[in-house]
Amino acid sequence: MKRIEAVNDFVIKFANVNGSGSSSANELFAKAILRMGVPVSPRNIFPSNIQGLPTWYEVRVCEKGYLGRRGGVDMLVAMNPQTWDADVAELEPGGYLFYDSTRPLPPSKFRTDIHVIGMPLTDICNAVYTDPRQRQLFKNIIYVGALSVLLGVDGEVFEALFAAQYKGKEKLFDSNLRALQLGRDFAREHLEAPLGIQVRRADMVGERIFVDGNSAAALGCVYGGATVAAWYPITPSSSVAEAFQKYCSRFRIDPATGQHKFAIVQAEDELASIGMVVGAGWNGARAFTATSGPGVSLMTEFIGLAYFAEIPATIINVQRGGPSTGMPTRTQQADILSCAYASHGDTKHVLLFPEDPHECFEHAAAALDLADRLQTPVFVMTDLDIGMNQRLCKPFQWDDARHYDRGKVMTAEELEAGKDFGRYKDVDGDGIAWRTLPGTHPTLGSYFTRGTTRDAYARYSERGSDYVYNAQRLLKKFRTAADLVPQPVLRPATRKTRLGVIYFGSTSPAMHEALDVLNDAGIHLDALRLRAFPFPQVVSQFLADHEEVFVVEQNRDAQMRSLLVNELEVDPARLVPALHYDGTPITARFITDAITQHVHAEAVMPKRKVKKNRLKEHAA
Amino acid sequence: MTYLAKPRLHHPSLTVNKVGYTRRDYEGKNSTLCAGCGHDSISAAIIQACWELDIEPHRVAKLSGIGCSSKTPDYFLGASHGFNTVHGRMPSVLTGANLANRGLLYLGISGDGDSASIGLGQFAHAMRRAVRMVYIVEDNGVYGLTKGQFSATADRGSKSKKGAINSDNPVDMIGMALQLGASYVARGFSGDKAQLVPLIKGAIGHGGAAFIDVISPCIAFNNHAGSTKCYDYVREHNEAMNRLDFITPRSEITTDYAPGEVVEVVQHDGRTLRLRKLHDSYDPTDRLAAMNHVQTHQARGEVATGLLYVDPDASDLHAALNTSANPLNALGNRELCPGAAELAKLNAALRC
Repeated sequence: MKRIEAVNDFVIKFANVNGSGSSSANELFAKAILRMGVPVSPRNIFPSNIQGLPTWYEVRVCEKGYLGRRGGVDMLVAMNPQTWDADVAELEPGGYLFYDSTRPLPPSKFRTDIHVIGMPLTDICNAVYTDPRQRQLFKNIIYVGALSVLLGVDGEVFEALFAAQYKGKEKLFDSNLRALQLGRDFAREHLEAPLGIQVRRADMVGERIFVDGNSAAALGCVYGGATVAAWYPITPSSSVAEAFQKYCSRFRIDPATGQHKFAIVQAEDELASIGMVVGAGWNGARAFTATSGPGVSLMTEFIGLAYFAEIPATIINVQRGGPSTGMPTRTQQADILSCAYASHGDTKHVLLFPEDPHECFEHAAAALDLADRLQTPVFVMTDLDIGMNQRLCKPFQWDDARHYDRGKVMTAEELEAGKDFGRYKDVDGDGIAWRTLPGTHPTLGSYFTRGTTRDAYARYSERGSDYVYNAQRLLKKFRTAADLVPQPVLRPATRKTRLGVIYFGSTSPAMHEALDVLNDAGIHLDALRLRAFPFPQVVSQFLADHEEVFVVEQNRDAQMRSLLVNELEVDPARLVPALHYDGTPITARFITDAITQHVHAEAVMPKRKVKKNRLKEHAA
Repeated sequence: MTYLAKPRLHHPSLTVNKVGYTRRDYEGKNSTLCAGCGHDSISAAIIQACWELDIEPHRVAKLSGIGCSSKTPDYFLGASHGFNTVHGRMPSVLTGANLANRGLLYLGISGDGDSASIGLGQFAHAMRRAVRMVYIVEDNGVYGLTKGQFSATADRGSKSKKGAINSDNPVDMIGMALQLGASYVARGFSGDKAQLVPLIKGAIGHGGAAFIDVISPCIAFNNHAGSTKCYDYVREHNEAMNRLDFITPRSEITTDYAPGEVVEVVQHDGRTLRLRKLHDSYDPTDRLAAMNHVQTHQARGEVATGLLYVDPDASDLHAALNTSANPLNALGNRELCPGAAELAKLNAALRC
């Protein structure tokens, strides 16, 4: 029988029951491989449930450093009878099935083209532990121990990991190490090791850190100077606010007085969350909320107010599968249009697209600066894949010389000196007017903020000319924004090409891998990673420079493509969508196939016919 | 409304308060409400209260929702920043503003549509959170700007101008405020300024969430026979629980009261509220009794007014969150950013 043979390049999937304590054991497994110097990218695939439903943890081990989801499973750790059949069916031929053999299973439950490794986990636990909870928890550690022997992971790495995790908790350190050893000993004595898939020490992790995007975004808010956070719990964003609380407790409590240099309010709903953010922003504090698609839907009236009344607000949108309640625990990039044009009337908003936790940190801090500078809502468009999974990424960076950009806030001294204050007057030619904060000056600089139309001096006005002046100034401000936002990153092809590809956000790792594969197959693409909306000039240039540009995104309706067509007036026929939207993270295999198929189809058929077919599809 | 511009020059004999302002300095733009609107009387009472309390106008932030009442912050305290937010959402915006700068006085102006219909949730949660603010609902039981539909505080059986009878039960905002933890709860009547001004002054000096429901008849759409929010009905059924004298340290106490007639309450700001009892059994510091008392009057068709409940030791959201004495909006890089060295430590801890 064929046996999958691979060193430092395989996918192992753990099938567990939610709430069984498996996640920390699985995380331990992933970290152990990182300690071996081999990059891993784990992904939680979990249900909208607290206890009882199936949950999976998929770890891709890849020495080359590809961190996207690969697709396919080389080894399955089947700990959930509920999903057994589907899980086993997913294994690649020649793959490995590891399972709890305490209860015998009929031969019909197994495949003949896979390697089966049975270990009586329940029996072992029952023999060693009496407490039911311990039996459950240590079962997970025991299988990690066994796997480490099967896959060639050194025992010492676990000791170091336990030492870090249970610092000062000797008892827990001892008991966990004992459980791990139990697993290792059993595997050595009773199981056939090593397997064809192996982990071998390497030096490919470097100084990178292993962190989830939600924690990173929260830390970015701490570094970026956010003092007010208002939020309403919603998957997959809740851990942003929780991490903000954690980091503030560490960094923002005055050691002398014990007073908090932050305020966090769990609001009654998303309307109130964004309302508080708007109120705080109006009053000169840096404020943010974290939410997901359904929350943004509720916030849109306020987002329109903040756009029109020009109030800084930072919104971290950890996107999930939509529409409606959609797939709360699955990933998508499907809120692009609803955020870019949130609210009634003519509105446009600044969006940032971080690719990983490193950029979640960067973009969260940048968003707070941009919101103050531009006096408008700024969205950080992360997603569940980045937000809730630990990802290997560049370490966080901060320059101590960096100062918060508080934007155009007129001071009492400036007012006193006779500086003309027109709250909605463009005096600098960039579309951004000056503002004052409440309480600044006894007689100068007060104004009445409202969502209704007004003149340049904030006086209520329904005159068409006043309205048009303001609407045009807001457009000018949006053009200014294009120069201030994080600029796109170009990854040129190895040779001159007529093909381009545009991608953004969590698609990055899969895209980079796909570009390598495509390059090896002779398909060359210049790749542009968007990092923000409004689109800077280089995006138009990139589109003009290529006959065809693939737009790779994780939604059904090609929302980024629509935004490009709409904002840059590019011929839609030149933008080829590659769309992945089943709720799982996009893979290099998917992108490679989509692009290859299109390129081959064009090679066989003249381009015009391809276009006709596409039109037919649309008509249908 | 009037089209006559207010004269800019003040009469030289106008009295100046301790902070150097005349009453005129607390005025705003010309009102655009109907002539005789109760809301304008409330604006005048706010002006009076702020002037008498020597509050610097620019240290007040005025916030409102949408509707006739929510327009009024433009008509008083012209030197204050104002924010006309979205319908029913003033409380959340005010909460955020308050968190950003605890050093200002927050005045939330709303109406019965804004707070009892679309904004009932935000009203409730602002009370629960003890946001320090003066929350005034200018309550006329009707939608004025959209011309006369019932609002959620319209009494069951009340008649609209077009003759429709309201079949829905009213939202009792006083009852809700009491139940949800507001620590200063009062009801006034726009037609009784002598009662209203001290109620507002007491609310300004209060250390927590202060709620005042002011019955303010809509002369255009809800001032007819059959309405329970018209001037005549409120005057006939107004049952004042007490009379509030607002005692500042400088004002003399000239009247002698018989024992038991008076309750004195020292508030957060050190000022004393002296309540002359109009109902023997009424103790405004007993929340449960207040709820019971107000409900009893309501059941009789009476409108209980006055200071209905006060907790002199109230605290607020900032106390609960233990926020810094220095306003959050005044903190800069030095106070807020942990710096590169700490980040290096964090990075080290995040390496496997």
